[in-house]
Amino acid sequence: MTEGQTKNDFLSEVIAKTAGGETLLTCLQCGTCGGSCPSGPDMDYTPRKLFAMIQADMKEEVLQSNTPWYCVSCYYCMTRCPKDIPITDIMYTLKNMAVEAKYYDSSDAPDFSESFIGYVEKYGRSFELGLATRYHLTHKPLSKFSYGPFALGMLMKNRVSLTPERIENIDQLRAILNKAKSLEVV
Amino acid sequence: MRYGYYPGCSLGSTAAPYDQSTKAIAKPLGLELEEIHDWNCCGATEYFSIQKTAAYALVARNLALAANQGGITQLTAPCSACYLNLRKTDNYMGKYPEINAHTNEALAAGGLSYKPGSLKVRHLLDVVVNDVGLDAIKEKVTSPLKGLRLAPYYGCLLVRPTLGEEVDDPEYPTHLDELLDVVGATVVDFPLKAHCCGGHMTQISADTAYELIRRILQNADEYKADAIVTVCPMCQLNLDAYQSQVNGHFGTSFNLPILYFTQIIGLAFGMKPKELGIGKEIVSASPLLSKIGAEVEEPEARPARRRRDDKSLPMPKI
Repeated sequence: MTEGQTKNDFLSEVIAKTAGGETLLTCLQCGTCGGSCPSGPDMDYTPRKLFAMIQADMKEEVLQSNTPWYCVSCYYCMTRCPKDIPITDIMYTLKNMAVEAKYYDSSDAPDFSESFIGYVEKYGRSFELGLATRYHLTHKPLSKFSYGPFALGMLMKNRVSLTPERIENIDQLRAILNKAKSLEVV
Repeated sequence: MRYGYYPGCSLGSTAAPYDQSTKAIAKPLGLELEEIHDWNCCGATEYFSIQKTAAYALVARNLALAANQGGITQLTAPCSACYLNLRKTDNYMGKYPEINAHTNEALAAGGLSYKPGSLKVRHLLDVVVNDVGLDAIKEKVTSPLKGLRLAPYYGCLLVRPTLGEEVDDPEYPTHLDELLDVVGATVVDFPLKAHCCGGHMTQISADTAYELIRRILQNADEYKADAIVTVCPMCQLNLDAYQSQVNGHFGTSFNLPILYFTQIIGLAFGMKPKELGIGKEIVSASPLLSKIGAEVEEPEARPARRRRDDKSLPMPKI
């Protein structure tokens, strides 16, 4: 922030929690990010607008928006940004902050991520069948019919593991993850 | 040439054919792939969404294990998402002292440590094209894929983000094109070659994913490709297993087999489709194989059940 501006804690927090985040202050509002985004049309605000809102200290609106959750991590915006702003990483920061603040209510996306990491923390590996089943039964019980042909096709081609695989040293992994969670997010 | 091999979770299940075909071609290519002992999931995009510090630590455990495994200096991953996470974690630990400090503090809780830069993280395609080399591959081709029109699909994470020492252009890469050319195929122009396959959106917002998948399929179809060649399990899964849903959603009739580049190399080396895991794709590759005179053994269909024609009470139905 330049001198004379009012203090914006939200902006400082986003910057502090993103490696290379200080480049956010140099955003030109050129819109290359939104124009490059494959899921831009589904977003409440394009990344360009979201960055202006961060600079305007609109914390609640930003953390409640669907924008970061529609980011598919394709990195087109980040590759094209003329100011080298790590846009995808800022989206991860905003997701981390929204999860921490429980600032979302209409999206299934955070729960999908949480179900995924639940399996990783339990087994050390992801478990696609368990994830899909648990997530779909919790969130989209009615969609299981449309999901049927997909699941059946994959099962018949023997492309789904029916049991999760557990790594040998899961205790070591858990100790590492627990320690990491006690540290600040960068 | 010896490499640490990080298969990633998908190669044990949905992308088993990728693992099988990689192992099948490793020997003729002179690649010694040594699996990292007790590797864990890379976290995909999900772990970074929830807590970044833990996500870096999750990835870094694999880097630490690899660097400690008897003189391994190069680590290769066939999955583009695993490749990115391993490469990005190594790169960010080197670039940002705070990430390095936190990650190593977490690793220490498990008795491990990792010095950024100890390993060079490589995508399998890069190893094949640039270490084995196109000339060496060309010499081993016994069944050139004459007449096959292939669309080289790179997707996102193989070529982006740009972190320094890039293998190829982030928006219009060509190294897979060159590979398909030396195995005798006709490489079609494919403007959307580095666009997104929809990633995990199939699970979260299917309509968004279907549109992204449709764009890729339509683009390859417009250039009359016989198949799309991928370098990533997620891209393969989305384009193959969701193709019929996409057709239903948009009223299209795409019928494009999606094969891994390792399977294509194997075919050109005269290997049997079954050895390469071909036959497990949802959109059958049979028509394409008959074009080059290879046969695929489809799993036998179960015999149809006979209807009961007695007069007893009906069977329960859902």
